[in-house]
Amino acid sequence: MSDLEQFRTQTREWLEANCPASQRLPVMAFEDRCWGGTKWCFVNEDQKQWLEVMAERGWTAPDWPAEYGGGGLSKEETKILREEMYRIDARPPLFSMGLSMIGPALLKYGSEELKRQHIPNIVKGKIWWCQGYSEPNYGSDLAGLQTRCEDKGDHFLVNGQKVWTSYAERADWMFCLVRTDPNAAKHAGISLVLFDMTTPGVRTSPIKLISGNSPFCETFLDDVRVEKDQLVGNINQGWELASYLLTHERAMIGNMGHTAASEKSLHQHAIDVAGGLENGQLGDTALRTDIAQWEIDILAFELTQERIDDETKAGTGTGATSSMLKYAGTELNKQRFELLTAIHGQAGLAWEGEAFDDGLLASQWLRTKGNSIEGGTSEIQLNIISKRILGLGQKA
Amino acid sequence: MALVLNEEQTMLKESAQGFLSEHAPVSQLRQLRDERSETGYDKATWQQMVELGWSGILVPEAHGGLAFGHVGMGQVMEENGRTLTASPLLSTAVLATSAINYAGSETQKKALLPAVVEGNLLFALALDEGPKYRPSLVKATATASGEGYVLNGEKQFVADAHIADRLIVSARTSGDANDAQGISLFIIDSAASGVDIERVHLADSRNSAMLRLSHVTLPADALLGEQGDAASLITYLTDVANIHLSAELLGISQEVFERTVQYMKERSQYGALIGSYQALQHRAAHMFSEIELAKSIVIKAQQALDVNDSQLSLLASACKAKVSAVATLVTNEGVQLHGGIGMTDELDIGFFMKRARVAEQQFGDRRYHLQRFASLQNY
Repeated sequence: MSDLEQFRTQTREWLEANCPASQRLPVMAFEDRCWGGTKWCFVNEDQKQWLEVMAERGWTAPDWPAEYGGGGLSKEETKILREEMYRIDARPPLFSMGLSMIGPALLKYGSEELKRQHIPNIVKGKIWWCQGYSEPNYGSDLAGLQTRCEDKGDHFLVNGQKVWTSYAERADWMFCLVRTDPNAAKHAGISLVLFDMTTPGVRTSPIKLISGNSPFCETFLDDVRVEKDQLVGNINQGWELASYLLTHERAMIGNMGHTAASEKSLHQHAIDVAGGLENGQLGDTALRTDIAQWEIDILAFELTQERIDDETKAGTGTGATSSMLKYAGTELNKQRFELLTAIHGQAGLAWEGEAFDDGLLASQWLRTKGNSIEGGTSEIQLNIISKRILGLGQKA
Repeated sequence: MALVLNEEQTMLKESAQGFLSEHAPVSQLRQLRDERSETGYDKATWQQMVELGWSGILVPEAHGGLAFGHVGMGQVMEENGRTLTASPLLSTAVLATSAINYAGSETQKKALLPAVVEGNLLFALALDEGPKYRPSLVKATATASGEGYVLNGEKQFVADAHIADRLIVSARTSGDANDAQGISLFIIDSAASGVDIERVHLADSRNSAMLRLSHVTLPADALLGEQGDAASLITYLTDVANIHLSAELLGISQEVFERTVQYMKERSQYGALIGSYQALQHRAAHMFSEIELAKSIVIKAQQALDVNDSQLSLLASACKAKVSAVATLVTNEGVQLHGGIGMTDELDIGFFMKRARVAEQQFGDRRYHLQRFASLQNY
């Protein structure tokens, strides 16, 4: 038996023994997926235990270096672990911007001290990280951001306002883009700093969305003291880091198009709602072809993720594909929920009531409208493809 | 299986690209059209393709071929799409070869496949009896007579029929006109008495013809596969044809896209390159994204053919439906973004658009395959 086969067998046995049954059920509600942090309320003991046993092996971040608490697994081993978790429908033990965004940036750009301070806590899910990027007047034009960061000798002083901060009221720390040189060209005067959300001068206020939920906040920063050792990378290197982080964010958001194996297919939804088939087909023939078109598109999308992965491994990739995947994946996810609500008719638009899962579908449908806005709008992704891949010149 | 080409497949793709762009570019098709060529393809070019081994890519080694597989043949088809090269490749080296491999007797394989490899025996596959692909709608009949059969009926839009030495024809040996069962496939000598072939000219300047069969008498060994049981062979040929047409459509899409982006970098209006206008950039970027999606499903379907995947038909229909949509988008945008010059015969873009539409219709268009995909998933 090869080492990898042995790893697979051992992993399978260990997961069977250690993944609680309740952690193998589909994620239905926000709380079903553990975000960690000091304010997290575990939905049950299983969720807590599942996080702890996985974090102990570093398997919340399987391919991060073991010296900082990561799993230290090779790419192949990481893939096997994912496949084995997928096989038993195991939920990810931890879902966070620490894992998907600031962690990778710290590993690439952070000082040794910063890595030792933050990475182990990210792996263990001790800290909930939030992202301070967008500002009220700087959304797509992120590089124009105006939150000031002044050098006060032994510390920095930050003043400004951030918006669209995910779960800022529950977050423990923020990674924040700030302007450190107001006189430099806009991309060249930005830095990335980290601070504790309980620092005096940090205030958050939730934003109510069309979905009825408030996953995002405005964050006000008034004379917030940031320690100098919490600068990531070099001063004024922030835009490079931000771009690196955005690549990770795009991959994550684009992946929302991916349908989990345990989820019911669109055509099954349609069959169930219609109460069966007519002459072996969906009675609504226009809906039938709409669903077929979407199912073909999502198949092509998932195969493209796979192909780009394979090309990267084979060293033949063309690169710069995260924008393409973000664009295609989010547009498909929006279409998926348009079709789902159409399939369920007015019941799919119910806002309240136990019979309608308290309007869960309507709220999910509305939430997807943000997919093609957050992490760089679809239009920004098309700009990036035009400029970086197709080499089409800018007007200015 | 990784969704990438191996070294040998990459080499074949590069060699096909080199050969076709040098010896059979779009200007060759233009010349064949302008001269109203008798054959509709260039014999010398076909001979060179044969020497390169392309006629034997799908033929087993035991019969003199290369047994290089569908991923490999798909690369040649894709490159053919980029140059719109007219040749017997699809009808003979892909479709007839696949039919004989799948259902032929040992005697038929021995007699026919080596001749295919040598490029001496050309085929045409005649399934359609109308302008839309409906392979189980077969009114042509084959009646048992003595030791063999007598065929009567009409076939429509048969690609390459007028240059073929042999025709593979579907005819009904039992059942009603629209039954999937009761259909048989026969190999007919195109020079046989009672075979009438009338060439038709389609927009793509490639070969097509109407076929009339009047009391064509055939020996028993003209039957390909089992009598009345061609349904699974026809399903297989539908999958093979659509996956290779998809490769051609992918080549067309990429070529038109690259030519269009290049034009956007050359053409100026209002004192700026048109490629600097965001309204046009976004349309180009959208096409890029769609072509990337198409590439993945094409290679997956080609691999499915080589490993005889249980999902083959599903992937073939998904592939043709997706790539047809992409080719329609890209050829339409190709004309529009070229502006007035895109409407001229002088520019090649129109050739690509015309071929894309015919290739989509052959063996089922986007709508046909959407429906087939849904039926295969039992909805």
